[in-house]
Amino acid sequence: MKILVCISHVPDTTSRINFSDNNTKFDTSGVQFVINPNDEFCLTRAMWFKEKQGATVHVINVGGPETEPTLRKALAIGADEAIRINTEATDGYSVAKQIAAVAKEGGYDLIIGGRESIDYNGGMVPGMLAKMLNYGFINTCIGLEIDGNTATATREIDGGTETIKTELPLVVGGQKGIVEESDLRIPNMRGIMQARKKPLSVKDPIDANSATQTTKFEEPAPKGDVKLVNTVDELIDLLHNDAKVI
Amino acid sequence: MSVLVYTESEEGVFKKTAFEAVSYAKGLADSLNTTVTAVTINSKDVAQLGKYGANKVIDIQNDALQKFRADAYAEAITEAAKKEGAKVVVLTSTTNSKYVAPLLAVDLDAGFVSNVVDLPTSTKPFVVKSSVFSNKAFAETEIKTDVKLIAVAKNAYQVKEVDGSAEVESLDVSLANIKDVEVADIEKSTDKVTIADAEIVVSGGRGLKGPENWHLIEDLAEVLGAATACSKPVSDMGWRPHEEHVGQTGKPVASNLYIAIGISGAIQHLAGVSASKVKVVINNDPEAPFFKAADYGIVGDAFEIVPELIEKLKAFKAENA
Ligand SMILES: Cc1cc2nc3c(=O)[nH]c(=O)nc-3n(C[C@H](O)[C@H](O)[C@H](O)COP(=O)(O)OP(=O)(O)OC[C@H]3O[C@@H](n4cnc5c(N)ncnc54)[C@H](O)[C@@H]3O)c2cc1C
Ligand SMILES: Nc1ncnc2c1ncn2[C@@H]1O[C@H](COP(=O)(O)O)[C@@H](O)[C@H]1O
Repeated sequence: MKILVCISHVPDTTSRINFSDNNTKFDTSGVQFVINPNDEFCLTRAMWFKEKQGATVHVINVGGPETEPTLRKALAIGADEAIRINTEATDGYSVAKQIAAVAKEGGYDLIIGGRESIDYNGGMVPGMLAKMLNYGFINTCIGLEIDGNTATATREIDGGTETIKTELPLVVGGQKGIVEESDLRIPNMRGIMQARKKPLSVKDPIDANSATQTTKFEEPAPKGDVKLVNTVDELIDLLHNDAKVI
Repeated sequence: MSVLVYTESEEGVFKKTAFEAVSYAKGLADSLNTTVTAVTINSKDVAQLGKYGANKVIDIQNDALQKFRADAYAEAITEAAKKEGAKVVVLTSTTNSKYVAPLLAVDLDAGFVSNVVDLPTSTKPFVVKSSVFSNKAFAETEIKTDVKLIAVAKNAYQVKEVDGSAEVESLDVSLANIKDVEVADIEKSTDKVTIADAEIVVSGGRGLKGPENWHLIEDLAEVLGAATACSKPVSDMGWRPHEEHVGQTGKPVASNLYIAIGISGAIQHLAGVSASKVKVVINNDPEAPFFKAADYGIVGDAFEIVPELIEKLKAFKAENA
């Protein structure tokens, strides 16, 4: 089984988000970048497929050279090979086109990405990939087993879960649940040493125009001061008469 | 040329977000000088969409679509969009619509923006405002393709009733390219309000000390007809099921009222719940960061305040029923 895990390189969840150049660019100064949390769960699930079912695991990112430490971290966690498509990731549609081009050559049985990235929150790359490759697609996946050519996946739906059986090849949009928080791996010294020797290939992008372009950012309006109340009666009164939410 | 809006229903009944989406489509159609066509799959009472601004409803009734299937739904909506020659397609941000949207984008070769919070800031070029960085910022994004796809964030656009009616047209879809998928099992807690649909969410954190105290959260939620939620460590420790974990890496919350009890207000928690309109905090530490992000707060012990709140709300509800 050949698995490709899509890795988005995103600001750490504790980052404050600021913009530069007249609010047209995300200001990366002082920002720590990490593997997108949803992708980290997916990568760990892929490692289990490697260890228990002999799968080969490649990781891929569309981005500039600055994303390589993130890919190296994925290698240190245990991925066999990394691919970086050397172009700035400007919109989900073009990122999906870039990954689809590589995936077509690679002949992957399973492609796993995150349900969404925590930077642009598009929630679109895995689904688009599935459609471009004509693979099946499971989103909000919280459980995945593969037996031969058959995948059994559990996914989250509003108010419950749904279990689906389908065939490979398949694209999965995963999240916490595909493995648990406590299953996540921190790269150890041996992993980090090995990662230095593992292949990280840089590929030229294909010609793919982006469908959207972000022109401006805005920070949310500052929040007014909290209204502190002393009694429960006062709270109920405010929620009813002021906020009109009960 | 019309604006096409997909209106989602569950067991035939439209969700509130479907009406929000039609209202949004109506606002958009007005600024483009065009009409609104709604497309809907296996829904009942479809003509009611006229009340929210749909001029026409494409009514798809199909046994093969009885259970939700993303690829099949995407194909059906694509067929409707192509038939109408729609230039803008509007969806909501429910779990199922988010599943369908990227497939639809490729089918229609449409630039796609999700979490859209308002009508376009400009229609030429076509620029929409959306929430990014897990609610820590907004972006203005130009969609450059001929056909445009927009997913409207929950609770971002008010439902507006208009004086109008819709003509209903049925459509038979061919569903030629559907993959073999077997839905083996669906587990749903039908008696509970879901976080996705709830107007009010009551959420508990580590300050509640242990799962044995969760009756406080559940009872409060019951009086308010609210969904229950929790912070990440609470679900990681197994006090509560994972479905209840809200925040940046859990479920997003965009309710009218969010009540946080014994939750400190870490940046990752706040990111996921800040789209809620009104936030109330109950915490015994006046320095808890959540107070900076809340509208109303009580500094005090949850074990004293919440039982009193439950009793007084019961009385309030009885009076205002
Ligand atoms: C990558 C990453 C992703 C994360 N994603 C999320 C996420 O999606 N959602 C999330 O919630 N967290 C997330 N976190 C965790 C987050 O950083 C915080 O650790 C977490 O939100 C804290 O949970 P809490 O507020 O329940 O607990 P605590 O921070 O321990 O706060 C408990 C609060 O209860 C109060 N309290 C104690 N006793 C009482 C009492 N008797 N009455 C009233 N108040 C009382 C205390 O004053 C305190 O403020 C993430 C962390 C990381 C690293
Ligand atoms: N630039 C990228 N390179 C590789 N994978 C990506 C990239 N952007 C997004 N993805 C993958 O697609 C998922 C969803 O991202 P998004 O559609 O941006 O919300 C992420 O969790 C990643 O798995």
